[in-house]
Amino acid sequence: MNVLTLALAILLLIAGAWAVVARSAFAAVSGFIVCGLLLAVVWLILGAPDVALTEAAIGGGLTGALLFGACGVLQDSSTVRNSRSVSLRIAGALLSLLVACGLGAAFLLLPEPAPGLGGEVRSSMAATGLENPVTAVLLTFRAWDTLLEKVVVLLALVGVWSFAPDSLWAGRPGVRYRLDPHVIFLAQVLCPIGIVVGVYLFWVGASAPGGAFQCATIFAALWVLVTMAGLADPLPVGRLVVRIAVVAGAVVFSGIGVAGFFWAGAFLAYPVEFAKPLILLIEAALTLSVAFTLGLLVAGSPARGEEP
Amino acid sequence: MSAVEFFGLCGAALVGLGFYGLIVQVHPFRKIVAFNVLGSGVFVVFGAIARRGVMGGDGADPVPQALVITGIVVAFSATALAVALVKRLAREEQETPGTEEDE
Repeated sequence: MNVLTLALAILLLIAGAWAVVARSAFAAVSGFIVCGLLLAVVWLILGAPDVALTEAAIGGGLTGALLFGACGVLQDSSTVRNSRSVSLRIAGALLSLLVACGLGAAFLLLPEPAPGLGGEVRSSMAATGLENPVTAVLLTFRAWDTLLEKVVVLLALVGVWSFAPDSLWAGRPGVRYRLDPHVIFLAQVLCPIGIVVGVYLFWVGASAPGGAFQCATIFAALWVLVTMAGLADPLPVGRLVVRIAVVAGAVVFSGIGVAGFFWAGAFLAYPVEFAKPLILLIEAALTLSVAFTLGLLVAGSPARGEEP
Repeated sequence: MSAVEFFGLCGAALVGLGFYGLIVQVHPFRKIVAFNVLGSGVFVVFGAIARRGVMGGDGADPVPQALVITGIVVAFSATALAVALVKRLAREEQETPGTEEDE
């Protein structure tokens, strides 16, 4: 363990503590974003570049945008009343310390040798036509998880939309940003780079770190940036095209899953000779849908009428 | 202590920090942020546990990594849902200060 590792851990814990105890909500969110970006580095050290990409894009990026957006709306109510009694704070601190120590002890006392599924995944990789084991797990061995994850994201979006007041049902989500030359400049610089990086991550995901979710997150972040620059406005959520874009991934994925009954004898099974093209098709549909859904989740509930 | 064990303990510390925030913060929005810190800690502990398998000579184990990627996306969705709920609550409080909600 070297000095850099130690410095990273200290910074991580300071950022985490700051996100928890900072006085204002804005400061807390800043701490959380720093924490998310440092966690991406931790994931690299833990040998998981796919997770690092996802954590940087979602933990540091999209969640940050979402929480900052909420800070603006909640400004009046979130700075007031931050008073728990001292005794409750001490009790809470002791309880948290107990939880952390218990978890740490449980972690250190795990049996050796550690079990794992790495061997099984490696021995079955050839059948998938993929070279990145993480993508193979996500889209073949544990395809159920990924399909249900897509459904959870969709349900969350339905939930967010349902919080709209009756009068604004099916309206446009979020606030209308005014044209801001600085943000426009940022969007103009970052969008071309982001699109290239996103498509690269999508394509390389079959054989190297990357994949559908990482690409979708980058596209969603670019879209959030473009709306914040005031260059584009989210479509009303009642539009058919929005609904289709949002469900396309889950529909294509379940459709190919059901077809698996006929051509490979099980739900979500692929015929070996067509495994890779089918996986690419699912990934393309998933990328489109996840990008739309994540972007709309950041935009929030419908808050305006259907007019721009 | 190896870097993996060290970061596993850091994850446990993050869980403790997030848990503390969940208890002592009053405003729901601050509880959401604290809960996200807690969740990140859980992911790191899980990642460190998965990495132990690699140290034990099993090679890279992609299953926990895939689970964490799924977990991060789901955590984000849950956060978005919670934030939308808190925003709506704030809106209700603004529109009808001091009275019961009528919707």
